[in-house]
This record gives sequence, structure tokens and C-alpha cells, in this order.
Amino acid sequence: MAETALKADPPNQEQLKVDAGQRRAAADLKLPDKIHCWPYLVRAEFIAGCIMTIGLLVWSLVVDAPLEEPANPSKTPNPSKAPWYFLGLQEMLVYFDPWIAGVVLPGLIIAGLMVIPYVDINPNGNGYYTFRERPFAVSTFLFGFLVLWVGFIVLGVFFRGPGWNLFWPWEYWDPHKVVPMTNRDLPYLLGARGEAATFLIGMAAVGGWFAVGPLVWVWKRKKPFMQKLGLTRYTIVSFLYLCMLGTVVKIVLRLVFGVKYVWVWPNVFNI
Amino acid sequence: MADPQRPQKQGLLEKLFTSDAWRSVFRHGYADTPRNRVLQVSANVWLHLHPSKVRRHGVRYRHTWCAGGLTFLLYLVTVVTGVILMFYYRPTQEYAYLDIKDLDFQVPFGMLMRNMHRWAAHGMVIFIWLHMFRVFMTGSYKPPREFNWVVGVNLLVLTLLLSFTGYLLPWDQLSIWAVTVGTNMARATPLLGHEGPFGPELGVTPRYDVRALLLGGTMVGPPALMRFYVLHCIFIPIAASVLMILHFWRIRKDGGISGPL
Repeated sequence: MAETALKADPPNQEQLKVDAGQRRAAADLKLPDKIHCWPYLVRAEFIAGCIMTIGLLVWSLVVDAPLEEPANPSKTPNPSKAPWYFLGLQEMLVYFDPWIAGVVLPGLIIAGLMVIPYVDINPNGNGYYTFRERPFAVSTFLFGFLVLWVGFIVLGVFFRGPGWNLFWPWEYWDPHKVVPMTNRDLPYLLGARGEAATFLIGMAAVGGWFAVGPLVWVWKRKKPFMQKLGLTRYTIVSFLYLCMLGTVVKIVLRLVFGVKYVWVWPNVFNI
Repeated sequence: MADPQRPQKQGLLEKLFTSDAWRSVFRHGYADTPRNRVLQVSANVWLHLHPSKVRRHGVRYRHTWCAGGLTFLLYLVTVVTGVILMFYYRPTQEYAYLDIKDLDFQVPFGMLMRNMHRWAAHGMVIFIWLHMFRVFMTGSYKPPREFNWVVGVNLLVLTLLLSFTGYLLPWDQLSIWAVTVGTNMARATPLLGHEGPFGPELGVTPRYDVRALLLGGTMVGPPALMRFYVLHCIFIPIAASVLMILHFWRIRKDGGISGPL
């Protein structure tokens, strides 16, 4: 019955009266792609807005905004935490110099987000959810957003205590917790002791990491995809990607292998 | 008359609207014609931000999560509650904290206004992330919407700055130390910070660097409170509003809500 109802054009009223379900299905297929904003979109927005407003009102009636004792510049709390949405960046201060953690990384995040539409030349997945048609873009974004951004905020909010030491959320924040400072620079761990040797090993490690980008280009540049991407886009994507992964590598080196810095250039920078 | 494309069905509301009792109050109703549906949107100053028609999947919550619209709603909540708070708040070292205490315990509904302002601000940060997440996952930044994504990233930065500048205003321990931690990063700006690479070489001192420009001094003191207050209440809201106008306008100009091509 539904078959005949669908084929009838214009819709035959008699056939459309089969039953409510079939009628609705048939109607959906007959309807054009566009529908009126009034009432359909306005109604959806109104309902969402009502739920949000009520939820916010109830939350605000139940939970009070925090207010501590008056500001006192001579009494530093331990730990001093930035607002929660910046705790991922504050966490980076553990692993990097302040100018990298506080200036370069946020700058790269903002610039990296802005160039996304200009370096992603994949025409698929425009306007609908898909993983299969753009696996690289989606997995990179998921990793960067969920693991690096949200994950480190969670770490900063719930797992960092006095002295910026690691604590379990249920653990007592002992301000006198003793943490052995056994971190060493990478060249030292590799056996280098002389000033020149440590400097050159560190430079080779960092330089080698960022040389991966050009090397892959030389190796794969003849591929049709690389030709389409072009050298400029490739340079931007590979640099940002290596920065992101390099951040992860540095964090793993520090937390797992006790590496303080990879490359130390006294009075200029430490990476 | 209903939408001719949708089959007729007399619901409870329709029965109510055609009942004698209803008709005795409202002599003539709203005729549900395609023309009136368009006029409801295009002839209404608040609703004419919408197109008259939208692609079918655009009204589904599972496609948009309503995240962008709810971010805007939360922004409006912070504007309304923020203006109310401004009537009672003085951004000076002597009064800032006391005025917040006054709001919490003396001003009628002051505590509620402050709570709503703060939680809506945090909600705005969360919902702008959800919105960005959704837009990325649906590939909606792809041509022709590249530039609107860039505008959106700028709005994200402004939202974080709005929230950060507001963080200082209660002038309690939480405020000044969070802002101290946040602004200490600026010390290390290359070239422009007194602890950054090549900063001292260029003659940048703690009193004259980018952090001092932000704070109006070398520490988070009364001048920083005034600067953050002006940035929070005037400068950033205006900049964000301008970008929001551009953002919403570009949605329409770039072909409305994204969908399978």
C-alpha cells in the first residue's frame, strides 16, 4: 500500500489515508529539502532556549558563585591556579619555558585553528558527520581537543595540588609532599658531559624531529595527493602537526623517562 | 489552511483554536499559510536573522546541538545580568570586594544575578567549544564557509578574554592569584616581555613591557582592576558583538546551514 502511495503523483488522498505511520513516511519523502523557519526552526530554538534558561536558573539558585577572602597580594595561595579553561596551558609550564608554554603554544593553537579551512583540501564531509571520509582531519582534531585541551584541563583541575604536584582527587593535599627532583637533560642521560657535546646532541634531536617534515615531502612529493596539497599547505600542516606531536613526546619524555630538557641553549631557550 | 505539502491532521490545539469558547475571545486566528509563515520571520525584527526557509536537517538537534544559538543566548544572559551588576559595583580597591559582598547579602536578587552571570559565562565557554566541535565534525568550515570559521576562532579568543577579565573583578584571593598566574605568562613574551627571549636586550624592563601595559603596573593592583573592568564591560563586549554580527550575517551569505552538497 505504501508503495502505491509513494508512486501516486499528485498524492491521492484516498491512498494516503492508509494509516498514520505510512502517511507520515510518505509525506516525508514527498516534502522538499527546505522547510519554513516558522514554526519549525523557531520552535526548536525556543525549546532549547527554555531548557537552557531553566537549567541555568536552577543551577544559579542552588550553587553560589565562589567568593574567597579579600585580595591580599602578600599571601600567595598554594597552589595558585589560573581559571579552569586556562589550566591546560598552565600545565604546559611544567614541561616548557614560560615563553613557549604561555606565548608560543597558545599562538600556535589559535593560528592552527584559523588555518584549518585553508589547508584541509578534502572536499568530502562538508555538512554531515563522517569519520571514514576524513579520518586524518577528524582524528587529529579529536586528539588535540579531547586529549590535549580537555584532558589537560581535567588534569589541572582535579590532579594538581600544592607545589603543582600530582595528587589523586581524594588524596589529602599535603603541602610538604616530597618529590625527588631526578629529572636530567636528554644529552646527559645519553652520556654526554661536555658543553659542546650536550648542545650538539640537543640540537640534533630537536632539528631531527622537525626535519621529518621536509624529508617526508622529498620522499612523497610525487604522489598525486601531495601535488594537490602543494608545498605551502604541506609546510604549514607538517609544522603544526610536528609541534602538536612534539608537545606530546616532550610530556611523555618528562613523565616517563624523567627528561628535563632536550635542548638547552643557555640564556636563550630550553626545549 | 495548513501547509498544502503536509497532510491534514486535526490536533488538540486545532480543536481548541476552532472551539466556540476560543473564538469568543479571539475573533480571528492566525492563518497558517506559507505567506504568513514567511512574514512571521521576515516582518519580525528579532526573528529576521533567520532565513524564511531552512534545510530540513538544520532544525534537528542531533545535527547542530543548538550549540551556537545557546552560546549566543548565554552571551545575552551575561549582558543583561552584567548590566544589573554594574549598577552596584565599583572597580576600586576600596569598594570592589565590599560591593560583591553587598550584592550577595543586601541587594535583592543580587546573589542570583551574580550566580547567573558567572555560570552563564562558564557555560558560554563550554558551549562555544561544543559549537566548534560540532562545526568541525560536520566539516562546516569547508568552502564556502572558511572565513566564518576564522571569525569564529576570533570569537572563541574574545570569549576566553571576556571570562578572564571578569575573573578579576570580585577582587578576592581567587581573582588576583588566578589573574597573576595568567598574566605572568606575558612576562615571557619574546621581544615584548622583560623575561622573554631578547626582551632585556631590547631594553624592556618590568615597568615597561607588555605585562605592565596590561596591568598598568608591575603587579595585579588597583590599576589592573580598572583596566580589566573597562576591557570586560566596554571594549571586549563591543568587539565580540561586532564579530557576532559578522558571524551571523556570514552564515546567511555563505548559504545558510551546511548540509550534504
